[in-house]
This record gives sequence, structure tokens and C-alpha cells, in this order.
Amino acid sequence: MTDYTRATATEQAAALAAGDVTSVELTQQHLDRIAAVDGPVHAFLHVSDEIALTAAAAVDAARAAGEELPALAGVPIAVKDVLVTEGIPTTAGSRILEGWVPPYDGTVTARLRAARMPILGKTNMDEFAMGSSTEFSGYGPTHNPWDLDRIPGGSGGGSAAAVAAYEAPLAIGSDTGGSIRQPAAVTGTVGVKPTYGGVSRYGAIALASSLDQLGPVARTVADTAALHEVMGGHDPKDATSLDEPVPACTAAVAQGVDGDLKGVKVGVVEQLGGEGYQDGVRSRFEESLDLLRARGAETVEVSCPSFEYALAAYYLILPSEASSNLAKFDSVRFGMRVEKDNVENTMRATRAEGFGDEVKRRIILGTYALSAGYYDAYYGSAQKVRTLIQRDFAAAFGKADVLVSPTTPTTPFKLGERLDDPLAMYLNDVATIPANLAGIPGMSLPAGLAPEDGLPVGFQILAPAHEDARLYRVGAALEADLVASWGGPLLAQAPELEVAK
Amino acid sequence: MSTLTYESALEKYDPVFGIEVHVELNTATKIFCGCANQFGSAPNTNVCPVCIGLPGSMPVTNEKVVESAVRLGLALGCSIRESSRFARKNYFYPDLAKDYQISQYDEPTCYDGELEVVLDDGEVVTVGIERAHIEEDAGKNTHVGGSGGIQGADYSLVDYNRAGVPLVEIVTRPIEGTAERVAEVARAYVATIRDIVKAMDISDGRMEQGSLRADVNLSLRPKAADGEDQSAVPFGKRSETKNVNSLRAIERAIHFEIVRQAGLLDAGQPVHQETRHWHEDTGETTSGRSKEEAEDYRYFPEPDLLPVEPDAAWVESLRGTIPEHPAKRRARLQEEWAFSDLEMRDAVNAGALDLIAATIAAGATPASARKWWLGELARTANDAGTSLDGLAIAPAQVAAVQAMVDEGKLNDKLARQVIEGVLAGEGEPSEVVAARGLEIVSDDSALEAAVDEALAAQPDVLEKIQSGKVQAAGAIVGAVMKATRGQADAGRVREIILQRAGVNP
Repeated sequence: MTDYTRATATEQAAALAAGDVTSVELTQQHLDRIAAVDGPVHAFLHVSDEIALTAAAAVDAARAAGEELPALAGVPIAVKDVLVTEGIPTTAGSRILEGWVPPYDGTVTARLRAARMPILGKTNMDEFAMGSSTEFSGYGPTHNPWDLDRIPGGSGGGSAAAVAAYEAPLAIGSDTGGSIRQPAAVTGTVGVKPTYGGVSRYGAIALASSLDQLGPVARTVADTAALHEVMGGHDPKDATSLDEPVPACTAAVAQGVDGDLKGVKVGVVEQLGGEGYQDGVRSRFEESLDLLRARGAETVEVSCPSFEYALAAYYLILPSEASSNLAKFDSVRFGMRVEKDNVENTMRATRAEGFGDEVKRRIILGTYALSAGYYDAYYGSAQKVRTLIQRDFAAAFGKADVLVSPTTPTTPFKLGERLDDPLAMYLNDVATIPANLAGIPGMSLPAGLAPEDGLPVGFQILAPAHEDARLYRVGAALEADLVASWGGPLLAQAPELEVAK
Repeated sequence: MSTLTYESALEKYDPVFGIEVHVELNTATKIFCGCANQFGSAPNTNVCPVCIGLPGSMPVTNEKVVESAVRLGLALGCSIRESSRFARKNYFYPDLAKDYQISQYDEPTCYDGELEVVLDDGEVVTVGIERAHIEEDAGKNTHVGGSGGIQGADYSLVDYNRAGVPLVEIVTRPIEGTAERVAEVARAYVATIRDIVKAMDISDGRMEQGSLRADVNLSLRPKAADGEDQSAVPFGKRSETKNVNSLRAIERAIHFEIVRQAGLLDAGQPVHQETRHWHEDTGETTSGRSKEEAEDYRYFPEPDLLPVEPDAAWVESLRGTIPEHPAKRRARLQEEWAFSDLEMRDAVNAGALDLIAATIAAGATPASARKWWLGELARTANDAGTSLDGLAIAPAQVAAVQAMVDEGKLNDKLARQVIEGVLAGEGEPSEVVAARGLEIVSDDSALEAAVDEALAAQPDVLEKIQSGKVQAAGAIVGAVMKATRGQADAGRVREIILQRAGVNP
């Protein structure tokens, strides 16, 4: 039988619709692939094989009965462990939630089930999404399929690696400061952070509520578009959810692939590039700009001076909100409990044992920043910077339809390299964080390999809030030209993973 | 420490107080989820991922809560803020599901109001309202065994049914100048809030069930010398007595705190700014945690919720739904009905005002409406252990019975039987009259026959009447009433007796 694991989600959906393969076969192929390669990659924290196969069988039966099915029905998917899944363990990468089986579905989970997509399992992540390498997972790191000694990015390294290693055609990610885009960049995959409010956060275990956004992870721009349309749309259970139609992502992809980019102004952000960016990252970025121009786009320089303060503001706002969001992990109602003589000591001991160092570091930072007497200087100032960054974006989008930059300053570094240097680790997200602070959508797609190390480089596209479709149009156009220049998908150049017997 | 009496304490010191009242709103569902807002359900049955704070869950504001809060704010004369963000108040406690409470901090929806409080003698005190803000209630801890407190119990149980019940917290400005009437004003203030929320039907206002809870702040300062301005004397350190949950307890707690603080001040000792607990059994307050070591709640704007932004036109339309101030309404009704102070107080205490008003509106006179509701019906309710409005009779039915009395179709005794029939579910008053055959005997010839028969049976009485002892006629009236099974107008019977006896009435 044909192996469909290397096919795109769109191709898999077509094969299912044509009756070339059943969802049970397709799902089983991915489960087999997970069994074969996930030992060394460690993209998954939990594989829900029975649940996936049951859902697949139901889709097959429905298809056989002639039922009209959603576009991605029967295509399996991996879900970042940040999103609650009824009946499937959910930990957010933390020991404090080890063994917790949620009694309810998040809205996106429910939409995946309604779209009849079998859930393969839950993917690894930095604990509570705090990190850029998955090394802060409570369950051990994920390894980059391009080089198992390197980080797959974070916090959504598991979702990106699962897609890059052909363990799943699609995955759900969450992006608070780059946790979808940065892993996509370093694994040669595509990831999209939608406009804040474009996808419901209900059921996504909160890191920083004003920054968090769920989004699609896949191997192609078209696949992220298809998944975005499944995930998106208004949800009355999330008060911050936008009450507007889902952006026309797949239509924008078609427009991007088929048409030119005449009249599209692409703004190159002065502050997101240059010094501090690896040579190979810069050269691949310039190459992509050439391709965009060749398609008819006009490139312009834009300046966003306040971005200088973005990282500092982010590392005040995020820990502040996180310190409050993570208070509920107190042993009383769910998760780990380290029993002591009274409730206060039980809470203390549980949190001491259940949380990892990075989580504790950020809880302490946030608690401090919100304390009486410090609030204005820290949280208050950070919010002002946030306003300035939004103004910078507004000015930049006055000159350009989309903004672009390298997604990350470097290609993936080695596991362990930055563990003891939080600042160096935080710098990974310098180009992705501004979008979260402003609530605008962003995409990362593969721009090629850096000549000096042969590792993937990501190209970031940003659009104004609500204009997610622009990402898909420009991204699909660029992707088409890049793939043509490579003679096939970038991932085809990745080394074959050793397959376990 | 010296022991002053309450009266002597108030001769030396001037009390300043403030009250925080928590009003539990009676919306059908909780403030941030769809769970039932219901008192008395089995533990942890009105819960969902949101109100027990499961990972991933998110709050959504119940619009009805905003409506009730805005209406209450308007009734308190408050300004309504165009946009108010919720805030998180962070602290760890087992009954606080998310370990933060969603409240309003620097942007309360209602602010700057004032409320007139009418004391028993009619004196009016205006209380300044600083703010009325919206927040969620916490669950309820029960500590079992050991000390019975959270630290020494064998184990503790948590019921999250109350978690997420909507609250409005009303905070007064410092209330000055009440002197020896301080306790009375405090009580009347809380009673007025209770009356308002009940009249608006936004809360049960039941202090015994905790749907209205009060915290009392109180401080003393030296009395200003004659001719000097008392308000120029700075406030003393205040105590905050928590959970004073009955009107009587408010007075008692204020008495206790005044005597306690005056004793300390007299002895040259400091009053600590602290939280104190009220003990209903002993009538005392005891020290809780002091404000110096108070927690830092790390308030910040709630990022999961949009600001509360009541539309100006909507607020104006709600203004039209605000009922008359309860005290002013009482004064107006008392004048209209010509009730004495005592009658009015009885009516208020019996919870009969609205019932009397409705009975009058249905055609009864104020006196007859009062007579029914505070007489026969009050006794019935009392015997049944229910409130007046819990009786199975409507004001219009009471008015209908009274109308029949006024028309001479029923006497008092028969009317009571009709009421009894209505209460027993036998239908409308006219149906009860027909079914029980209660209509009065108004046919004079029948009455004359009965009178003649009775007089013939008691000739000695007839003699007495004819010799001028008119009151002896009572015995004949009784006999006639008995013979007609009560269905006669006693006045008319008496007239006939006197006629038959040849005596001028």
C-alpha cells in the first residue's frame, strides 16, 4: 500500500475522498511512523492510538454511508499538550499535571472532532509554553529531526518536530511570543499565529492570556490555511474571541500560487535583521525578498524604533500574567498533590515539586512585577511600551501591506547550549514577540538552509490585525517560488531518521 | 484597661464608621459561566470547568449581572462608568478556585453616589457611597475536626456551588457626625440597602443565608471641644469587623467596638488597624490579621474579559426601572393610608406593605386591608410557619371578600370562612361562598321568625329588654345567630329584636 505519511494534508484529504486510502489506514500509517521514529525525536508526550483509530473508523463508515464530510475529515492531527482534550491526558508539559485527564474539550479540540480529524496524541512543549527549545518540558526535550542534537524550537517543538518527521501531517500549536513560528523556522515547517482573538483560547491552558493564540502547524502554507479555517471563528466561550468570519485562508493561498504580487508592498523591518543575525539567515532572507520582487511585489524599508523595548516589555507582561494564571495549580482540585500537615504547606510543597525551574523563575518575576510599589514601574511601563509597539506597527502598515523579517536570528542551536543563559534563550524570540504584543497575525515558512550549517532558516510575514489572508497569499506565492528553486519541498533535503524495529 | 460604658465612651469620643455590603445577586446563572446560581443545592453540583477553575477554562461576563449592578448603582445615586475593566485579586485559598478573584479594582462600574437613610423617628441621614463594584463570590470551606479552623482541622471540605455567584460590593465613604446614633444609622443603612435590593428584585437580601453580608469599619477620635469643628479632628485607627450578618449584630458589633476602642484609648494604648472577626454567640470581636501584614493582592487588569461598557441609552432606560426609595415610599404610603406610626411599623415588620398596597389597589380601604393582612392572615401565616406572601391568597381575593362584607353579603365570621376556603384552594371567594352556602341571611321575614322563636323561648329576657335592660338582647342575638348558623347580620337581628320588644333602638 502507498505510504501517505509524506503527503501533505491536502493530498491526504484528496486520497481519502477518492477512496485511495481509508482514514483507518492513514491513521495507522502515522501511528506506525510515530512508533518507528518518535523514540529519538520525542515529539509526543502521549499517543492516543485507540481514540484516533476509533475516530478514523467512524469517518470511514460515514464516508461509506455517503455522508457529506468536512474537507479534512479523516486526516489525522497532533495536538500540542497545551490544549485540553477530553479523555486524553493533558499536562502542558508540566509534572504538576501528570496524569490529569480533562473532563472537557477545548473549543479547538471540539472543532477538530467536529471536522472529523482523528487526534493522534499530544505533543511535547516547554512547561506551560515557557521556553524556546522544549528543553524546559517536564518530560525531557524534543529533538530536531534535521539534527537530533539540536533544539526543535519552543515552546511548540513537539508539534513542529512531529510534522517535520512525518509523524503527523498537521498539528495544533500555540504562540505567545513565537512558540509556533520559531519552531517552524528551525524545523523547516510552516506555522501561523492568527490575529489575537481569531482562534478561541477556550481550553488552551493559559500562559499569558493577552498574548496567547492557538494556530496551525503543517508542512505547507496551503495545509496551514486549511487547518486555520477549521480552528478559527467566533466562540462565545472566549470573551476575547473576535466576532467576525474566519479569514478566507485557502482562497488567499490559491490567489498567491496562481497570481502575481503586483501592487503588494512588502515592508522590511529595519530593526528585525542585520546585526546579531546569522549570515546564512540573512542571505536566505535576501534571496526570498528577490523572489517576492520577481513576482511583482515592491519592497520598502520600514522602521519600528520601539521594537528595541519589545523583549523587555514582553518579559514583564508574560511573567505577570503567568504568575496569576498558574496560581490555580494548587493541588486542591486536580493534578499533583504533595500532602503535608496543612493546606498551605501542601500547596507550597506541591508547587515546589511540580513546577520546573523556568516556570518558577517566571512566576517569581511576575509576582515581583505586580507587587505593590513596583506595578507602575514594571507592568505599567511594559503596557506603555506595548502601546508604542502597536503605534510602530500602525505606522509601518501605513507604508506596507505586509512586513517581513527572518523568523529567528539563528538556525537551531544545540541542546543544552543556552540552558544556563536565560537571556540568550530569550533572544531567540526577538523577531516574533512584537506581533504578540500588538495582537497581529504572523507566519513563518521555510526559506532554505543556511549555507554554513545546512540547517533551516525561517521567513516571517506579518500582517495587520484581521488581515490573516494576506499572510497566506504572500506566503503561498513565496513558497511556490522557493519550492520550484529547490526542485521540491525543503523537508525532502532533511536526513532520513533511523527507523526503530 | 478601664471599662467604660457605651454611653460614656460616646461622651468622650466621636465615632466614624464605614460599611461594606456584599449583595449576592439573584441572577439565574453565575457571573462567568452558565451554572445555576442557587442556594442550598447538594455540594459541588452547580459547577463546571469555569467556576472550579480547571486549566484552560475562561470566564464570560453574564450581562444580567451588569444590568443588576447598574440598576443598583442608579438606585444608590451613583454615576455609571462608561468603561470598567475587571481586575484580578490574587491570593491563595482553597475556596478560591483560580486562586484569584475576578473583581473590579480601580474602575468600579458604579461610583460617587449617596443614599438617604431614614431613622425610626424620621430623621434623615445621607450616606455617601464611594463605589459599588461587581465581583465573583468564592466557594465555601468547611473545616472538620481538630481545631475547626483551616490550620488545625482534621480535614476540610470545599463546596464550589457559591464560586462564581455574582456579587455587588457597596462601599460607603466614612460616615461622620452620627455620635450617639451611630449604631442606629449603621443598622438603618444596611436595612435600607436590603429593602432596595428586595424591592428591585435583584437579590434575596437574606442576611441569614449570606445573600447580604456586611463588614463594619469603625474608628474613634477625641470629641472636639465646644465650639470647635469636629470634622477637623483627624480620624483614629480603624478596625474592620468582618461578616456581621444581621441587623441586630451590626448594632451589637458597633457597641462592642466603641467600648473596646475607647477602653484602649483611655488607657493610652494604640488601636491597631486590623481585621476583626465577629462572634454572634458572645457579642464580641476578636483580632484577625493586622493590616500591616496584609497580603499584597497584586491587582492587574483581567486579560480574559472585555471591559464592562454599558451603553448610555441602555443605562437611561434602566433608570426608569428604579423603584422609589423604600423609606420615602413608606412615608408616602403612611400618609396616604392614614396609618399610625405603630400600625405602619407593624405592617413593615410583617412584610405586608406590598400586599396591603395591592389589596387597596384592588378596591379595599386601607383600614380593612391592614385588618386582614395583620390579623387573620398574619395568624394563619404564623401558624403555618410561612411568610405572608407565601400564603395561597392574592390581594385581589382579599379585596373581593372585603367588598362582600361592605355590601352586607358577608359578616366577619362568614368572611373568615371564605378566606379559609380560598386558602384551602377551594377557588375564588364567590365560588367558596356558593359552594359552602355562606351568603348572609338578609331576608327579614326569616330573621323575624327566628327572633320570635327565640323570644318565645326566653320570656324572661324579653321582660328584661322591655324594662330597659337593652343589653340583655345579646342573649337573643346569640340564639338567632346559632339558629341561622351564623349567616345573619347581627346588627340587623338586634334591630328586629328591639322592634319586636317594642323598644326604640
